[in-house]
Amino acid sequence: MAQMYSSVKPTPMLKDELDIVIPTIRNLDFLEMWRPFFEHYHLIIIQDGDPSKTINIPEGFDYELYNRNDINRILGPKASCISFKDSACRCFGYMVSKKKYIYTIDDDCFVAKDPSGKEINALEQHIKNLLSPSTPHFFNTLYDPYGDGADFVRGYPFSMREGATTAVSHGLWLNIPDYDAPTQLVKPLERNSRKFDLPIFLYVDAVMTIPKGTLFPMCGMNLAFDRELIGPAMYFGLMGDGQPIGRYDDMWAGWCVKVICDHMGWGVKTGLPYIWHSKASNPFVNLRKEYNGIFWQEEAIPFFQSVTLPKECTSVQQCYIELAKLVKERLGKVDPYFIKLADGMVTWIEAWEELNSPHGTEARAPNSGKI
Amino acid sequence: MSEINKNEVDIVIGALNADLTQFLNSWKPFFSGFHLIVVKDPELKQELNIPQGFDVDVYSKTDIDKVVGSSNSTMFSGYSCRYFGYLISKKKYIVSIDDDCVPAKDPKGFLVDAVSQHVNNLENPATPLFFNTLYDPYCEGADFVRGYPFSLRSGVPCAASCGLWLNLADLDAPTQALKTEQRNTSYVDAVMTVPLKAMLPISGINIAFNRELVGPALVPALRLAGEGKVRWETLEDVWCGMCLKHISDHLGYGVKTGLPYVWRNERGDAVESLRKKWEGMKLMEKSVPFFESLKLPETALKVEDCVIELAKAVKEQLGSEDPAFTQAADAMVKWIQLWNSVNSSG
Repeated sequence: MAQMYSSVKPTPMLKDELDIVIPTIRNLDFLEMWRPFFEHYHLIIIQDGDPSKTINIPEGFDYELYNRNDINRILGPKASCISFKDSACRCFGYMVSKKKYIYTIDDDCFVAKDPSGKEINALEQHIKNLLSPSTPHFFNTLYDPYGDGADFVRGYPFSMREGATTAVSHGLWLNIPDYDAPTQLVKPLERNSRKFDLPIFLYVDAVMTIPKGTLFPMCGMNLAFDRELIGPAMYFGLMGDGQPIGRYDDMWAGWCVKVICDHMGWGVKTGLPYIWHSKASNPFVNLRKEYNGIFWQEEAIPFFQSVTLPKECTSVQQCYIELAKLVKERLGKVDPYFIKLADGMVTWIEAWEELNSPHGTEARAPNSGKI
Repeated sequence: MSEINKNEVDIVIGALNADLTQFLNSWKPFFSGFHLIVVKDPELKQELNIPQGFDVDVYSKTDIDKVVGSSNSTMFSGYSCRYFGYLISKKKYIVSIDDDCVPAKDPKGFLVDAVSQHVNNLENPATPLFFNTLYDPYCEGADFVRGYPFSLRSGVPCAASCGLWLNLADLDAPTQALKTEQRNTSYVDAVMTVPLKAMLPISGINIAFNRELVGPALVPALRLAGEGKVRWETLEDVWCGMCLKHISDHLGYGVKTGLPYVWRNERGDAVESLRKKWEGMKLMEKSVPFFESLKLPETALKVEDCVIELAKAVKEQLGSEDPAFTQAADAMVKWIQLWNSVNSSG
């Protein structure tokens, strides 16, 4: 079947059902490259840092912008759960969104190319991932069985072939990989690519479901999720200014999200799409931020691996409150930070309920952009 | 990839085809320097045709009868003939490929050295306890990502390496019959560890394992009533794989999946295979909840003991569901007896 390709603009799937949440402290020039892919979607910009600064947003995007003053005004004392001076503040965007789906991306991430040289429509791939089932209960060795040209392998139980609802789509990165500070210090030049083969990057052409019961490091750089399903669990924790830890916001959210998805029977996918990550942050600055996290994760991981949520927890909010209770009980003794974090988790749910219940406060941003 | 010690490897081929000329010649660049064990399906009547230039030992029905006794040689018929090769090998690593597969080409057009890739997978640690989103952290150009616990970065020993297939993927009969023209053209450039407790269908078409570590766990046990000479009519490898994965999980070893690919050719007719009553589907449905809830005793610390305990559980919990399970349990016990007797007499 012949198809004609002109300067065809991508068909914006779910354009009225998806918000793109972007945290920023500088500018949003990177949006220029994403224009053909993002221009039909509504953006929620979370401006971190100095609220008096004006963030430059390219013309023609439909957006609402929230700075710290807005966050304080909208949440009042509950604003304490939203991080300051850390991209963790992005989760405020999840809370104020009214859409079913969220895509979040960092402002140093650009459009990548696949091995054939074609530009990757990351958002479209995420949507495909979210709209097709996951397979958390049995691993398919040919990866995503619902993709074109793919299928379940011999031996895959037929009763499991309908799959589970997909709650999260975790994308990856070409060029600068998402390494921690110690690894960055040891391998400053490493790009996510095969050595000696620089024009061909390490592009793994697969989407797969992370099995039930398995934890993973969830990176917030290129992430999409079903907000109506798992939104309340996507709290990015207390990081940045005044906190003893940074660069563990998405990790924390990922562990909570995975435990809850496993409990609720939903799937988490990882793999495609790739974006191009351009900026390697300063490894020494990162080391200082991550330092406590490196030790604390050794305690946190066994905690999350051993958590069982009671079957009375039938909503995500209930699961999350229960998780917060367990964090306080079991991780509180590792460091008082976890007690604060557990309180933050509860405040987050309270704020979520307030903003998202039928009688909740309507969020009005004074800096809403026009189309 | 690092240099491999060819003396540590046996390449075991189950011959369901009599003429292995094309097969072996296509693999020559990658099989040369290795010792080969070719086991002829005891039910294959014709003489095997094996080309010159290989260091190969061939075993047929008479040899099998001599080692295991003629009453036990049915255990090694059809695709299960390769397990005889696993039984009598003296090497650390086994690489096993079906005789209808040839080397695949990677996206750059180079032939894939499946043997080296498998051995490399086996020699590097596996990471079943936490998922690395950049897949194999030990391969060149990759590493553990941010958020991966440092205490888990040394990994665990790799017990098995499950490879994949281009062209004719390992699909079941109903799927292939529905999509007769479908061919797998997707080359996914990754190796990854299948996480702890995750179940998967392990295919026997392109597999390698650490025989010293888990040899006895590769059990030729589940035989379908209408088992045939095409993969669509078997489930022996899938059952073996469920046992292997469970035992590996129990003992703290890892199972990898992904590269290498082989190119699998046309054999048989999916629609024909569909005509046979496909009981494999039924057996898989019953196996899954069994393996999901199975807990091997803490005291089972040796692979052989794990297999015996597993066989006991199969007989107790699945025996009443289908006679195939009782037979499988008995075969597993017999297999361990054979393994012990063959491998102790040194």
